[in-house]
Amino acid sequence: MDLSYSAEEQAFREEVREFLAKDLPKELSDKVKNRSDMGKEDFDRWHAILNARGWLAPNWPREFGGCEWNAVQRHIFEEECAYANAPRVVPFGLTMLGPVLQKFGSKEQQERFLPRILSGEDWWCQGYSEPGAGSDLASLKTKAERDGDHYIVNGQKTWTTLGQFANWIFCLVRTDPNVKQQEGISFLLIDMNTPGIEVRPIILLDGTHEVNEVWFTDVRVPVENLVGEENKGWTYAKYLLTHERTNIAGVGFSLAGLDAVKRMARSEMAGGRPLIENPQFAARLAQVECDLMAMATTNLRIISKAAVGQAPGVEASMLKIKGTDIRQEINDLARRAAGPYAMPFASEAVGDNDPLGVEGAAKSAPAYFNNRKLSIFGGSNEVQRGIIAKVKMQG
Amino acid sequence: MNFDLTEERQMLQDSLRRFLRDKYDTATRNAILDSDTGFSAEIWAELAELGVIGALFSEEDGGFGGAGFDLAVVFEELGRAGVVEPMLDSAVLGGGLIAALGDDTQRGLIDEMIAGSLHLALAHGEPSSRYDLSRVATTATENGDTITLSGRKAVVVNAEAADMLIISARESGDVADEDGISLFLVPTDFAGLSMRGYPMIAGGRAAEIVLDDLTIPASFRLGPAGQAWSALAARVAAAEVAIAAETLGAMETATELTRGYLMTRKQFGRPIGTFQALAFRFADMLTELEQARSAVINAAGHLQADARIRDMQIAAARNLLGRVARQISEESIQMHGGIAMTQEYELAHIAKRITMADHRFGDTDTQLERFIALSAA
Ligand SMILES: Cc1cc2nc3c(=O)[nH]c(=O)nc-3n(C[C@H](O)[C@H](O)[C@H](O)COP(=O)(O)OP(=O)(O)OC[C@H]3O[C@@H](n4cnc5c(N)ncnc54)[C@H](O)[C@@H]3O)c2cc1C
Repeated sequence: MDLSYSAEEQAFREEVREFLAKDLPKELSDKVKNRSDMGKEDFDRWHAILNARGWLAPNWPREFGGCEWNAVQRHIFEEECAYANAPRVVPFGLTMLGPVLQKFGSKEQQERFLPRILSGEDWWCQGYSEPGAGSDLASLKTKAERDGDHYIVNGQKTWTTLGQFANWIFCLVRTDPNVKQQEGISFLLIDMNTPGIEVRPIILLDGTHEVNEVWFTDVRVPVENLVGEENKGWTYAKYLLTHERTNIAGVGFSLAGLDAVKRMARSEMAGGRPLIENPQFAARLAQVECDLMAMATTNLRIISKAAVGQAPGVEASMLKIKGTDIRQEINDLARRAAGPYAMPFASEAVGDNDPLGVEGAAKSAPAYFNNRKLSIFGGSNEVQRGIIAKVKMQG
Repeated sequence: MNFDLTEERQMLQDSLRRFLRDKYDTATRNAILDSDTGFSAEIWAELAELGVIGALFSEEDGGFGGAGFDLAVVFEELGRAGVVEPMLDSAVLGGGLIAALGDDTQRGLIDEMIAGSLHLALAHGEPSSRYDLSRVATTATENGDTITLSGRKAVVVNAEAADMLIISARESGDVADEDGISLFLVPTDFAGLSMRGYPMIAGGRAAEIVLDDLTIPASFRLGPAGQAWSALAARVAAAEVAIAAETLGAMETATELTRGYLMTRKQFGRPIGTFQALAFRFADMLTELEQARSAVINAAGHLQADARIRDMQIAAARNLLGRVARQISEESIQMHGGIAMTQEYELAHIAKRITMADHRFGDTDTQLERFIALSAA
């Protein structure tokens, strides 16, 4: 048992810190800190900076331009990025599609698509969910029918995160309706500029445009855009999900979030004293912190196993549940801390120069509402519980 | 013991519920949310016509209600429909304070209020007062027959639409003393009064107000100098009953929407409500909803009691509501999945009403503190 990071890991952390201090533009970290809307150009800019340093694809093998970091290094990197208020790396191309293409894609697909993910030429989005297929993803209906050397795609995807910025979408489509659901699904790469595709915005409850509906009407997709074999898409989709789970606990976000709440509670006054001295509030804060301290270690225990090649299984589900619980609790504390100043809808109209309430108050309630999504997407927390129970009871 | 509504209140509940069901659907309300004023003058007029405003005032004030249960009946319905019109701020707080403290001329305004032709707002909270009701740093200085007000007021709900503001200011004492607070009734277009308005997350609008040596006639004072505290505390108590009932109504809607969704949404070939993991949580929601209903009854039933008893009951009710309202709002969203995250869906607005109610007059923690202090006293 040794709870300390190795000298190499410490050195790596230093290296990451130096990089962030030097290369993370203040405009970007301010936007993240203030939860300002991030445009495509903001994400592109950060990707380009990471790419220039060779750090854009921590989980990719070197041969494809990745850095092959182990899980502990990735954890350190993510933690430092969260503390520094670095923008998140858009995961669809980098952590989702990339590994699938590397494992199941053809050589042509790898050569065509992987470099453009790194360069930022392509922005990918994830076309899995449908109105009728959420938790029960395998019931998806969007169909692709073969017509010569094309597939004709018809149907609808939904909840497509940042699809408005994307020029490519990877989709699960039904290619055989006559077999067991999981055995008739294929994995298709679709150019969003193909005729017949329509992207419609969905506005979330905090007023943000983050997700979309994507409609397909007789969309012609060249067969060379099929990944792997026809009707084997479910296998690739499951493989992708295991990658979606790196950083699933979001420890870095929680640590940074908790810090922010403490700063708020030091400035906010309650009964003539700083709120942080209020016994009720202090107890809530301490409670989350106790949980987070244990979860940080749970997270490290699990990822250090992964570092020596043992894939996390149900533990990933546990981290998803606990990690999102804690993040949501921190969001709740932030809106509480803001007091009456959680109520204004901090549109730009209110003015960034003369913010209402303590720093962080303005976006505290929108963040609280927006992050209700954390326990819904990426496999809902109910679905995760189902997985844990099933694996542990049925083996 | 009798937990039935009186006939009059039952009629009011029925007619208000029918009106809102017919006239205040999600699309109409969402259009109101996006409008510049943040509320519909037409709906306001119709609510007045229905007698909704009159129900909030006693007979001696020209209304036909005014008791805790009148407030509870009205606000539960407003809550069910997610109404954003400023009934609480304009009528319960604004109108109610004039009824409590006004002289004969000032009281003349109540008729206008009941008729729906007057809007008011209470400018009381300040940038660093949070939920401390007696913390008033704004000063009032008397100079012969004029008074000069200086200070800042925070998150003044309905300030822009109001014809007149009721502004609190300190004439004597320390910043958090109950003694020394006065209220002033000031037309919003008075020189020296500036406001910066903004929309609120759960609908409606509020403003930050700067009183830069605002000089008014001494006749604008509402009630005796420096003695507004007990009337103010009593009116905020009424507003707390109202907001508790509103939250209860919103929780009912959240629960009904969730029930409908659990029974119709299918995944894995069956309605998701057949998964016990969800069914049990829905059962918990229903149980907590009944607790919330009882808490609102307790609070409403003690609105006219002695201040200590009244405030204890209200603190207890709002502490409970703060907890179970959060549970019901969060669980409703969670059990709906993605659909509840969309602005268009009714639950999104309802969840915001529920959550943001916890930010008015004291959140669940503040209520617990008040309860502890009062029960130890
Ligand atoms: C903000 C946001 C972004 C998203 N981004 C994307 C994206 O980019 N691409 C993409 O493809 N998808 C995306 N999703 C979709 C997301 O993956 C789905 O919302 C999720 O799978 C849940 O599906 P659903 O919303 O249809 O809810 P449902 O599956 O209908 O679930 C409703 C409720 O039932 C519960 N439930 C379902 N089955 C069971 C069961 N067997 N036992 C117990 N409880 C159960 C769920 O946990 C939930 O509480 C996003 C969603 C959101 C909210």
